[in-house]
This record gives sequence, structure tokens and C-alpha cells, in this order.
Amino acid sequence: MEIRKTAVAGTLESSDIMVTIRPNPGKGLQIELESVVLSMFGDEIRKTVEEVVSSFGIEDAVVELQDKGAIDCVIRARVSAAICRAAETKFDWSAFDPENGREEA
Amino acid sequence: MINAVGRELPEKIGSYVVKPFLGTGLAKDDYGPVVSNRRPTLKPASGTKLVATLEDAIKASGLQDGMTISFHHCFREGDKIIGQVLTAIRNLGIKNLRFAPSAVVNVKNPSVVEFVKDGTISRIEASGIRGELGDAVINGDIELDEPVILRPHGARPRAIESGDLKIDVAFLGASAADEYGNATGQVGPNACGSMGYAFVDALNAAKVVIVTDNLVDYPCCPISISQQYVDFVVKVDEIGDPAKIGAGAARMTKNPRDLMIAQYTANAIAASRRFKDGFSFQTGAGAIPIAITNFLAEKMEEREIKASFALGGIPAAIIDMYEKGLVRVVACSQSFDAVAAKAIAANPGVIEIDNAVYSNIYAKGCMLDRLNFGVLGALEIDTDFNINILTGSSGEMMGGLGGGPDVADGADISVVTLPLVRGRTPSVVPKVFTLCTPGSSVAMVVTEAGIALNPAHKRYEELKEDLAAAGIKTVTIEYLCELARSIVGTPKPIETTDRVVAVVEYRDGTVIDVIRHLKR
Repeated sequence: MEIRKTAVAGTLESSDIMVTIRPNPGKGLQIELESVVLSMFGDEIRKTVEEVVSSFGIEDAVVELQDKGAIDCVIRARVSAAICRAAETKFDWSAFDPENGREEA
Repeated sequence: MINAVGRELPEKIGSYVVKPFLGTGLAKDDYGPVVSNRRPTLKPASGTKLVATLEDAIKASGLQDGMTISFHHCFREGDKIIGQVLTAIRNLGIKNLRFAPSAVVNVKNPSVVEFVKDGTISRIEASGIRGELGDAVINGDIELDEPVILRPHGARPRAIESGDLKIDVAFLGASAADEYGNATGQVGPNACGSMGYAFVDALNAAKVVIVTDNLVDYPCCPISISQQYVDFVVKVDEIGDPAKIGAGAARMTKNPRDLMIAQYTANAIAASRRFKDGFSFQTGAGAIPIAITNFLAEKMEEREIKASFALGGIPAAIIDMYEKGLVRVVACSQSFDAVAAKAIAANPGVIEIDNAVYSNIYAKGCMLDRLNFGVLGALEIDTDFNINILTGSSGEMMGGLGGGPDVADGADISVVTLPLVRGRTPSVVPKVFTLCTPGSSVAMVVTEAGIALNPAHKRYEELKEDLAAAGIKTVTIEYLCELARSIVGTPKPIETTDRVVAVVEYRDGTVIDVIRHLKR
């Protein structure tokens, strides 16, 4: 998958995270993280974002994160939504359907 | 050395000699006579105690380098006195003062940090140093030779009367005062209500300066601080910002989680055998406490019972109960809003009390010893029921000790209320970062995910029986801790250096914990 344009998902409300994704052709993955829980969860948030981005097969992107204390599943959802918007594609819900013969993402 | 709650403490920090916390109920009881700095003084030759400016009052007080100054925090975030007095002191070139207010509120423009940086202040002792000052101390932006000493409300009168904290000059704000020094916070455009935190300073400082913006005809009425303790009176343009001293009555929260915690708390209290005619309680201010107060009022009406007294910092919700005849006496050590501030002068059963009689462990018994129920807030609680009310999840200074450690110790049943998680920050943790209130004094914790009773509390069996009889289910603290972890994950521990920046005293003056400089 390829990041074609800048896209945003999430809000700046408490317990949410605002994710902005921009194209970064040929320059790899660059994560810019601001978080109210940076000292406690900064490393984990980066790890989660790297994991989600690579699960979409994306290598080049700038991911800007403004985190207001979102828990892990919220971060995964917001990053996934931002990627789909930036890649101009629809989210593949079948990936979450075990009946479809695939593992849960 | 290691104290009774397992915290590692240095023997000495700067010149502060550490007396380790030995456990609740083990305070020493062999103090000598009360030590006071108060001077017998003749009447002023000029016939008035009124001086023209703060500078004049400071000069007349004899304030010199290295002395100790104090303030009360009854004007809360609306205080404009501390900034004006410190500016006047700086203008006079007086340095290296020990700054010992009852609490440091987040005073801005000018901030207290500036006065530390320019050397006006070199030592700090208070119940909390929330805001800019606290952050500067813990991050190492300002370096002090002596550790900041943090004391709960009940420990400050002890420190003063034992001679640990000798006050040279007390600058006491009052919303009305006469030229001979009688003063009050109950009337005037900047009324703060109870001046509970000013009495011990007025009684024991070498010199007492009343600062007011509302000079009234002699004698001022009512009289909170009597002329017999006052040396000088200064009139300034403004002592505070009324909107920040105390806004109107706080509305009932609509946050469903807070309402749920409040409802669970009220249910648990109502299930206790001690919830009967003539019971007593303290709930405090904030969204959850005010909802608890309102829910308790409903339960009291249902059961047709009245409380003998409500205690502590008082919000409008308690005054409302008084007006409905649900509480016989409201004893205010502080007034949290404009409604509560005005209620003292208007109602015979709403009284102003000295913080010392509210919370001092060495007051021959204080009022909070007579509480049946005490409700406390907290930033964190751990699986030993120890409470942190000072430092946030990243180690930053978030709160003040207030009367929490005192209420937990004094009340028959102390209830800690808090949400399981705040954002991604867990509130129930394996080990609190800063230990302020020992778990042995905490009877139960109420969260939206359930109520946990402390098996180590002296009223555990009684509470267990009463809650079971009312059909209230409980969970273990370990369950709550694991639930919080499963939601937010495991936070990386906060890293500190060995340098101690603050000492946390327990109500008996022993050291329950220390706060170390954060590693960044």
C-alpha cells in the first residue's frame, strides 16, 4: 500500500489520539510523537504505530501523533483509519473475520 | 534507612534530620511546652496599627535575611497577596527567606519561581507545591540547599508549636479588617469565608501583618483574627480575584463515571451501621465528592436521619444540606465557594474553625477524630491501599497533601474514591510513586469497577458484614489493579536520581516518603 496524500484521523479529546499521515517517498517511516503519557507509554506507542503501519505494507510515511492518553486499541484504530484515508483505499474488514479463514489482525 | 511503609530514606537531607514513620497510632506523646514566637507587645504609640504600604509594614516588622515568612491559602487560586508581599520584599533587597505558607497555590504573575530564582526565597515548607513551583523543584530547574518540606494540614500546627517551624512574620490576608487589627474573611467584596489556616500563624508568629483591601470601622465584625495577635495593618488595592477565590455553587456533574463512583460510595456509606441519626462526615470538594454529598442527602431524607456535623473544606452542597435541616453543625476549616463563604456569617450552625482543631494530631483530640465517615480523593492507590496525592503519572507535582492523611487516620471509616484509569494513566497500581497516606488508615476504595475493602483496616470485619447485609458486592484491590493494567498496559517506571528535593511528613512529623529529582 502507498501513502498518496495527507490524511487525518482522530481528535484532540482526552483519551483520543490525532493521527496525521503524510507521504514520505523513499525516506522510510518517520514518527513524530507528542503525548501526555510520553514518559510512561512513549516506547509502546511507537511500537504499536510501527506495527500497524507495517501490517499495511507501508514503508514510507511521516506519521504525526498528538496523543491525549489513548489506549492501545484506540491508537491502532486511528492509525489504521488515517492510513486508509491517505492511501485512498477502504479498510479490509474481512481481515477481522475469522470465518473468512484469516487470522485476527 | 527504611520506614514502616517500606520507603527508603536518607538519614539526613541538607540540615533536615529524618525521623522515619513508625506506623499509624504510634505518634510520640511527650512533647514539652508549646513553643511560640509571639511577643508580648504594648499598644502602638501612634494609636493605630495602620501603615501606609507593604514596604512600610515589612520594615516595621523587622524582617531580615534568612527569616521565615508565612501566608494562609484561604484565597486559593484567587490570591493576590503573596505576589504583592514577595515583590515588596524583593524591592527591599531582603534575601534567603524561608517561605512557609499553609499551601502554595498556583500563583501566577508573578510566579513564586521567580522569587526563588532571584534569591528572595531559599527554603519552602507547605502542604503542597502544585503548579509551576512544584514542577521547577522536581525537574531541577531550581536548586534549593534544603529539601522542600511537605506537611499535611494536621502536621503544620504541630511543626509550628513544637518549634520546628518558627514564623518570624505572618502576612495574613483578610477581606475585612479594622485599623487595630481585627480581621475576617467572612465579609467584604473578596470574602473567602473561613480563615481556618490563618489562626496558628496569628497565634505564633513574632509579627503579624494583616493585609486587606477593605478597611472597615472599628471594631470589625465578625472578628476571626483578634487584634491581640496583630501588629500591623496594610490596605492594598486588591487582595484577590473573587471569581477565583470561590465561584458560585458547582453544578452536579453529568459525567456518568463520576456519578457511578459517587452512587457506589453513598450506597456503601449508607450500608454502614454508623450511618444513623447523629452521624458525622466529611466529603470535600470536586465533582465526585459533591455528587456523593447530594446522594447522601437523599439517603438521609429517605431514612429520616440527621447528621451531627459536617467537617473540613465546605462547598455549597453542604450548606444546602444545612438549610434543609439535614446537618446540625457545619464546621468550616475552609470555604470552597461563594455560597459557603457567605454562609458562616448568615447561619448560627455554620462555624469557622481553626485548622488546628480540625486536624492537628497534637490538639488534645481534633475534630476529625470524631468523624464517622471521611471521603478522600487520590491520584493513585496501590495494592497495600497506600495513597499518593502529590505526584502525577510522570512524576510531576499534581496536588497537595491537604487534610487527606489526617482524615484517613481520624475517621472511623475512610473511603478513597477514584476512577480506575484516567486517560491512559492507571489509578490503581502495584506501588504508588509517592506515599502520602499509609494504607493501614484506609478502609475502602471505590471505583467505577467495584469496591475493595482493606483487610488490614481495623474496621474490615464490620464493613464486610454491613456491605454483605446490604447486598453490596466487593472485589479485591488486586483485581482492580489487574483490570487497570489490562486496559492501559504496563507503564514504564519513573526514573529518578538520588537527589531528594522534597520530604513528605506524616501528621506526627515523621517522614513517610521523600520525592527525588526526576531523571530526564
